[in-house]
Amino acid sequence: MTEILGVPVAVLSGQLMLGVINGSFYALLSLGLAVIFGLLKIINFAHGAMYMLGAMCTVLMFDAFGINYWVALFLAPVVVGCFGIVLEYFLLRRIAGQDHIYSLLLTFGIALILQGVLTNIYGVSGLRYSMPEVFRGGMNLGFMFLPYYRAWVIVAALVVCFGTWFLIEKTRLGSYLRAGTEDSQLMQGFGINVPLLISLTYGFGVMLAAFAGALAAPIYSVSPVMGSNILIVVFAVVVIGGMGSIAGAVITGLMMGVVEGFTKVFYPEGSAAVIFLVMVVVLLIRPSGLFGKEA
Amino acid sequence: MATTTTQTDIQQSIVKQQKSEQRKKRILNLVLLALLLLAPAVMYPVFLMKILCFALFAVAFNLLLGYTGLLSFGHAAFLAAGSYTTGYLLSNFSGLTTEMGIIVGTAVATVLGLGFGIVAIRRQGIYFAMITLALAQLVYFFFVQAPFTGGEDGMHGVPRGHLFGLVDLENNYAMYYFVLAVFLGGYLMVQRIVGSPFGQVLKAIKQNEPRAVSLGYNVDRYKLLAFVISAGLAGLAGSVKTVVFQLASLNDAHWHMSGEVILMTLLGGTGTLLGPVVGATFVVNLEYQLAQGPLGDWVDPILGAIFVLTVMAFRSGIVGEIQNFMRKNMS
Repeated sequence: MTEILGVPVAVLSGQLMLGVINGSFYALLSLGLAVIFGLLKIINFAHGAMYMLGAMCTVLMFDAFGINYWVALFLAPVVVGCFGIVLEYFLLRRIAGQDHIYSLLLTFGIALILQGVLTNIYGVSGLRYSMPEVFRGGMNLGFMFLPYYRAWVIVAALVVCFGTWFLIEKTRLGSYLRAGTEDSQLMQGFGINVPLLISLTYGFGVMLAAFAGALAAPIYSVSPVMGSNILIVVFAVVVIGGMGSIAGAVITGLMMGVVEGFTKVFYPEGSAAVIFLVMVVVLLIRPSGLFGKEA
Repeated sequence: MATTTTQTDIQQSIVKQQKSEQRKKRILNLVLLALLLLAPAVMYPVFLMKILCFALFAVAFNLLLGYTGLLSFGHAAFLAAGSYTTGYLLSNFSGLTTEMGIIVGTAVATVLGLGFGIVAIRRQGIYFAMITLALAQLVYFFFVQAPFTGGEDGMHGVPRGHLFGLVDLENNYAMYYFVLAVFLGGYLMVQRIVGSPFGQVLKAIKQNEPRAVSLGYNVDRYKLLAFVISAGLAGLAGSVKTVVFQLASLNDAHWHMSGEVILMTLLGGTGTLLGPVVGATFVVNLEYQLAQGPLGDWVDPILGAIFVLTVMAFRSGIVGEIQNFMRKNMS
């Protein structure tokens, strides 16, 4: 078997692929954060909880109603997105004029509630979700084995990321969103319903998180606490990439997944910490982030 | 001539008012101090010490959030750094007196704070919160894997030892008055800092950072110093906590702890001296009461609900709202 730096190619490429998959999730989550941040100027600390809700929804809808994976992949984000809109309407909106610290703390409180309540109901050990029949097995690429589902995750994440980019950069609705990011008061003056736009934006960002959750359900352990640790990593990713551009968020997410995968091969103990270390280095060299506009 | 007399009259009345307010504050402080001195006669000293440790932690945190306007989401790291360092020293070097263990623990937390600060103050606002959270997670991973921390189990049976080699701290009352002294020292230090010219600059940064910059202040240096002091005091709280409970655990390093200290400060009243103390007392009590009752598993959602409620309904916190109320009704 061929080796690179004393590591078998199969191991290396296997970890690389796992890295790209993790990176896909980082990309989806940081994209959602960036979309919400753009218009609302808040950091959604409940983003991890929304990701968790998406996954829990997928599992529970299957257990209770036998709703299959494909429907859940669509339905879970919609349900969670609507929940997000409700939160925005009844809570976030009421403190919109206050210091941004408060909205951050509010979403943190919401995350604690969601995670705590679901932990009491379902425990932390993780729920079972069986892989859809279509995705059983995989293909041999010669140098590595590629399970179908993992390939699907990468494709689906990239398609959704591209779709989001298209929606925001190329459509009329997206142009409103971008204009609102620049100056929402002026937009209001032009007769555009900004509060509605804000609700929809928050709902959309939350949907992206829930979609990531639904996508994760068959391969990760689904539990009420699955969102909190990944959220901290995604924060680091966001700091590294800056929230200036959509492409930036996606590229940084994928890149950090790969970096993490490589670290797992060469220095497994450090794999949990490497993204945070990258963040420190980036902050010291380029404080505004790799794709950030301003300091 | 008439105008000057009225001016001096006004000045005098203002001075008089300030003096009477100061007197009221002094009386309140003396009453509180007396309560703290007498408290162990009626309440379990270890429980009181727990409150004091968290109160000091929250007071330290408030120096940043309440007076500098920086939201650190990583203060658990400093608590844990103090906690683990002191625990390790007192467990492994029997010749060391307790206060030495605490001093070194505080010093380690202070240095860690310097490291955090240098990285984190490069970004502002919510980025600052995210960075400190991420850095604290890094520290958490370190404590999970480091050989001396005992990993998931933590450190147990840390000896309390003798203060200055003389006073046996195994005695809960001796321990209590030592903790009280440390707490008061930390509290008075923060009070002194807040009232100093340095503290005024911190407040200016909180209120309007660009203006503070335009006035020629090296804002980053002020922020960094505030951060380091806050980290050091948080480490002190962790060190003392380890001596009291004779254990150091991963709970201290978890992001959950960073969230808790935010809640204590916010609930009690950010930017008030007494607020974090009140908040810490409330939260520690609440957790204790909940743990006794049938709602033991519901601590997290209840804390979350208090977060939401505080942010939505009374952002000034308990002490802040009382102050607002008094101000409205007194004048």
